[in-house]
Amino acid sequence: MIDLYILLILMIIGAVLALEIKDLLSAVIITGAVGLCLSAAFLLLKAPDLAMTQLIVEIVLVIILVRATIFTDSRVQQTKRNYANFIAVLISISFFLGASGYVIAKLPIFGKPLMRISRTYLSEALSQASVNNVVAAITLDYRIFDTFLALVALFTCLIAIMALSRAKSKEQKTNF
Amino acid sequence: MKNKTNNKIKHKTKIPDNPQAEQGMSIIVKTVTRLTVGVLFVYGINVALHGHIIPGGGFAGGAIIALSLLNLVLAFGRDAALEKLSQTWAIIFTTLGLLLFMVVGLFGNNNIPILANFFQDKGSILSLFCIGNIPLLNIAVCLQVGAGIFVIFIYLVSIKPEADK
Amino acid sequence: MIYFLCFILFSIGIYGVLVKRNIIKLIISTMILNYAVYILLVLMGFRWQGQVPVFVSDQEINFMVDPLPQSMVMVAMIVGLAVTALLVAVAMRLYQQFKTFDIKEIIEIKTKKPEVDNNA
Repeated sequence: MIDLYILLILMIIGAVLALEIKDLLSAVIITGAVGLCLSAAFLLLKAPDLAMTQLIVEIVLVIILVRATIFTDSRVQQTKRNYANFIAVLISISFFLGASGYVIAKLPIFGKPLMRISRTYLSEALSQASVNNVVAAITLDYRIFDTFLALVALFTCLIAIMALSRAKSKEQKTNF
Repeated sequence: MKNKTNNKIKHKTKIPDNPQAEQGMSIIVKTVTRLTVGVLFVYGINVALHGHIIPGGGFAGGAIIALSLLNLVLAFGRDAALEKLSQTWAIIFTTLGLLLFMVVGLFGNNNIPILANFFQDKGSILSLFCIGNIPLLNIAVCLQVGAGIFVIFIYLVSIKPEADK
Repeated sequence: MIYFLCFILFSIGIYGVLVKRNIIKLIISTMILNYAVYILLVLMGFRWQGQVPVFVSDQEINFMVDPLPQSMVMVAMIVGLAVTALLVAVAMRLYQQFKTFDIKEIIEIKTKKPEVDNNA
């Protein structure tokens, strides 16, 4: 229990540092640290599939972001901050946090989930889907439309990136 | 279409001229990558194929495969990686994964709804070759995700900082 | 209490989206929003003395963690990766066009010379 608190507080500290630090490359690397803390938290929460996937995805994201960052002079120009905007954002965030107290009161207590749907999944996955990894059974059998549309979204993002990287001026030959 | 032909011509001319020592990282990184990249690739296939009996699955296996290909791009440069798995073949694999998913979903007779688990008599559970469509779908997801992330990274690398005008 | 830490993480992401001006910082804050949602969903499915939701042949498992949020997060993770890559591509194209990552400067350049940006 206490290790989960430590990991979450580390994630919060890392998030604040990543947003407030001047150097962009350091910000990207601190974001990688936040993602690795998330992976460790998944492992503590008994979700090894997610821990594995998050580890790999985090590495890929850090590589992509570092590629985008060393593109340029990697430093944020210090400009004067708009204080009215800043204070308005802080007030709205404090309202959000205050309202989240009511939301947390409605949520189930930590450690005792409702499991109204997943009780049937857990009892019948072995006989209906004939696999013993229940997460795979839910992802690829019971809720397969989610997975299908996620793959379609990945494909759409791929097409959009292809279009973005090819959009040079019209008369130029596009050999990248 | 013009693009692909252009690319191929560029490869044929470029690779004999540039020996691999010139592009990419130092020789230590290249040697370690040459040793580990096959292990990573096979491990990704292992995770994807065993997705229904151990934690893992198509998403994690595909991401590991993409990471091994990305290692090649980082260590040897883009052209050496594209020599292993060319761009057209990567796009073909991505599309093939999605098509395999759809074909497995549409397969079956009229009584079974779309994307359902259509095998009536399930095979022996707790084994690698269990008969259901979840291993097939794992392979499809693995193909789609692995080749998709590789293609995304290749296209992101190809954006240059200065627009050449 | 542990849910409240997730909400704090989420509000940090909202703060980054609203206040920061650099595009890389905006992408980082959207990643933080993603992480907050993932950890909140998985925390809601945790169960005391719960085991990993995988059946093993030679031992009896009584309590399992809720597997439904895990599969949802698993699918959302790949979409998050693709969307972040798309955002990075947009940011790189913007840098190629305007030579800066700052949003205010981009808006100033666009309002001064509106004929430049026909393919940005």
